Amino acid sequence: MSDNTNMNLNTNESGEEQQPMSLDDGRRVKVLSPGMMVFKRFIRNKLAIVGICILVFMFLFSFLGGVISPYRQDQVFHKYDKANKEYAGAVVNTDYRFTAAEGFTLTTMTRANFNSKVKGSEEAEVKFEADDVTYLARKVDDNFYTLSVGEQLGTVTVLGKITDIKSIGDAELSKALKDAATAAVKASATSFEAEGVTYTLTKGAAKSYVINGMKEVAMVSMLNFDAFTSEYDTLARSFAFRKACETAMHAGADSFEVDGTTYRLDIEDETNAVAYLGDTEVVNISNIIVNPVNNGVFLSIDYKAAVAEAIAEKHTTFDFVDENGETVKNTVTMRNNNYVIFTEQATDLIDMYAPPSKEHWLGTDDHGMDVLTRLMYGGRISLMVGFIVMILENLIGIVIGGISGYFGGWVDTMLMRFVDLFNSIPYYPMMIIAGAIMDSFEVNPYVRLYMMMAIMGIMGWTGVARVVRGQILSLREQDFMVATEATGIAVSRRIFRHLVPNVMPLLIVQATMGLGGIILTEATLSFLGLGIKYPLASWGSIINAASNIYVMTYCWFIWIPAGLLIVLTVLGFNFVGDGLRDAFDPKMKR
Amino acid sequence: MWKFIVRRVFLAIIIVFLGSFIIYGVMRAMPTSFVDAMARQRAAASATTGGPTFEEWRAQLNETYHLDVNPVVGFLSWMGGVLHGDFGTSWMYGIPVTQKFNEVIWYSVVLNIITLVLQVITCIPLGIQAARRQYSGFDYGITVFAMLCISLPTFFLATVLKYIFAIRLELVDLYGIVGRFHQQLSPAGKMLDMAQHMILPVLTLAMLNIGGLTRYTRTNMLEVLNADYIRTARAKGLPEKEVINRHAFRNTLIPLVSYMSYLVPSLFSGSMITETLYQIPGIGYIAYDAMVAGDLPFTMFYSMFGLILTQISLMLADIMYAVVDPRVRVN
Repeated sequence: MSDNTNMNLNTNESGEEQQPMSLDDGRRVKVLSPGMMVFKRFIRNKLAIVGICILVFMFLFSFLGGVISPYRQDQVFHKYDKANKEYAGAVVNTDYRFTAAEGFTLTTMTRANFNSKVKGSEEAEVKFEADDVTYLARKVDDNFYTLSVGEQLGTVTVLGKITDIKSIGDAELSKALKDAATAAVKASATSFEAEGVTYTLTKGAAKSYVINGMKEVAMVSMLNFDAFTSEYDTLARSFAFRKACETAMHAGADSFEVDGTTYRLDIEDETNAVAYLGDTEVVNISNIIVNPVNNGVFLSIDYKAAVAEAIAEKHTTFDFVDENGETVKNTVTMRNNNYVIFTEQATDLIDMYAPPSKEHWLGTDDHGMDVLTRLMYGGRISLMVGFIVMILENLIGIVIGGISGYFGGWVDTMLMRFVDLFNSIPYYPMMIIAGAIMDSFEVNPYVRLYMMMAIMGIMGWTGVARVVRGQILSLREQDFMVATEATGIAVSRRIFRHLVPNVMPLLIVQATMGLGGIILTEATLSFLGLGIKYPLASWGSIINAASNIYVMTYCWFIWIPAGLLIVLTVLGFNFVGDGLRDAFDPKMKR
Repeated sequence: MWKFIVRRVFLAIIIVFLGSFIIYGVMRAMPTSFVDAMARQRAAASATTGGPTFEEWRAQLNETYHLDVNPVVGFLSWMGGVLHGDFGTSWMYGIPVTQKFNEVIWYSVVLNIITLVLQVITCIPLGIQAARRQYSGFDYGITVFAMLCISLPTFFLATVLKYIFAIRLELVDLYGIVGRFHQQLSPAGKMLDMAQHMILPVLTLAMLNIGGLTRYTRTNMLEVLNADYIRTARAKGLPEKEVINRHAFRNTLIPLVSYMSYLVPSLFSGSMITETLYQIPGIGYIAYDAMVAGDLPFTMFYSMFGLILTQISLMLADIMYAVVDPRVRVN
């Protein structure tokens, strides 16, 4: 009917404006349908329009925003940052290292006896026995010994004036040695010297003597020899090289010779040196042992040398240029007499509490998730909870209120006492206990969401039931209900087709204003940690982050926007509800 | 009238009884209760000395706390104790429930009374002014402000207030009812210290309730201002001040008093969310902790207390209405 009137009015305005109108002309009065009148009154209300705009924005933000946003709601962002990580441990060597000459093996017994007998001894030469072998330990310098064993070099046979010297095994006897041995035999001495080495003579079979020499079989020192490249590994391990090198070090010489090759020695202090072959670094010598903290990490000798140098020079930090040419900062600290080297390493970190930036307009939260995206998905949940709970409340409320109001009598009394009972159960305690129960059952967050909506609906329908009942009590006495009874319409149809639609305007107003309340309740429960749980988000659970004082103080971008969204949404629903009420019932407009 | 009151009281008793039973049933549905936690703790403590195991402890504790019977029997035995004035001993606080209640209730009452006074002295003048200047900018401002207050979530308001006054301006403490040096203060100083800690909670509670009361005052004032006797008063030439204060305002008091009579019992019920947020040791915060921990006696006491308060406030509303409005009395 309203459409027809409007159409007539339109044609009138366009074409037949000149036609005179009588005083009671129907065209003078615009007749609008009740719905249209409500709509007209509604859009004239500025606050209601503001409310509608807020709600449209919220719906677009939540439902469209989630689609547009490039991120998922549970996407965790990572960042690379430099973090000081324990990388290597270093210790100043206090144990003797034994290096045996080729073809000779040192038994464990030898090492043990050396440590017990020779270590700490002030004498230059100490003899000790191990495994039936007599060793002679000669102290070359502090912490540097050579071990020698007695060796039968040759036999001297005296035949009158002639002495014949034969070597035993493949020992080569020099001319000077032979001469000295001959002289000693003639003088009946038990020992003699040749080329600075002392030999002894022991009587063997008739008219023959045995020349006993000392053969260096091992060296003992505290220094480590590390080859810079693997091709020098065997060299760095060889007895000859080590001995020559260390002797040179103790002597302070700047070069030494091994097997005809001359190496240059660059001595930093008495325990640190580098051996060069030409210009290439060959072996690093140091008393510091450097090991990686983690298995599977290979420490280059350059790095070890750098660590040793830093420790020797008592630096707490040093820069090291790695194989990629990047300068890495290292920090050396002491821990229980060991050195620990921390390296600044690029580490994959969860990007927590990142401030707003181009990628994350509202930063990231404590899980490293984009706050803006969480707000969008949280809005979906908050709005969805609001609507579903509201629908549930109204369904239960309309059915129970309708039945109660229509039938009256004992049905009404029973149902209303039931409503009274439900209404008196303390709301928050019940929700908190329900939340605690779901906590202890460890309910899946998605199931929990539905359970929460169901509980909120069951706890909240009493208001609707009261309104519906009260309205129906007065409506059922009206003439149109007598008419429905007279025409014999079924009871359920009478209630739900004729009575309830008349209550609808009031219900719509109440539901709109109630939506705000439901959203607030859900937000409060989620804030207390009894509602929506991770990985789902709701505006309330996002603000929950602010119960951490750090977040409250420094991360406004996490909790303030969520709070504003809640306030605005609830305000929007209240404005619209208010506007609807005024529009439906102008008498109520105050 | 008396018949009505007797019926109302009878109904209230039934509702309190059934409501308590529902809460009791729900509490018993918790799978890991306070007793489980306690049994676990004790079993761990006695494990080294070969004491009772977890199951033995749980059985023993269940027996002590009457949890080994089904909920109906358990509820009836609890109710029997209540009828003898025995609410049991709180599991969490370890003292009789009523003693704990006496310790904490006054914080809530003081907090709520201050809030109520503050609310009344701000809302009623604001509502009346808004009604007198209907559709003015002032009226719109008040309407929007009232709506904003209604729409504010408690926790958000509390967090914002804490952020501004406690963290940024450092005027008050973040939590609690007493400061760090409370014990060293003189009695007057102690009072002031506690008053200072009440500022933010009072502000929060007042802000949340201002909206509703202002709008209610405004609506009722408008209704009265449109009444015929106001037009008559104006017509006979009374000054506007007289009209508002003597004729309009007094009539506005009728619905206001009935509205406030609702509030009186709620003075004792505490404000769970606000107290928890500011950690004011009132009944709300203490009950919240007890509920989350599954402390059955305390939760039952608090729920029953709440049920009784609601029923009293409903009955009071009916009776107060009769007191204020002579027309109701005649009927």
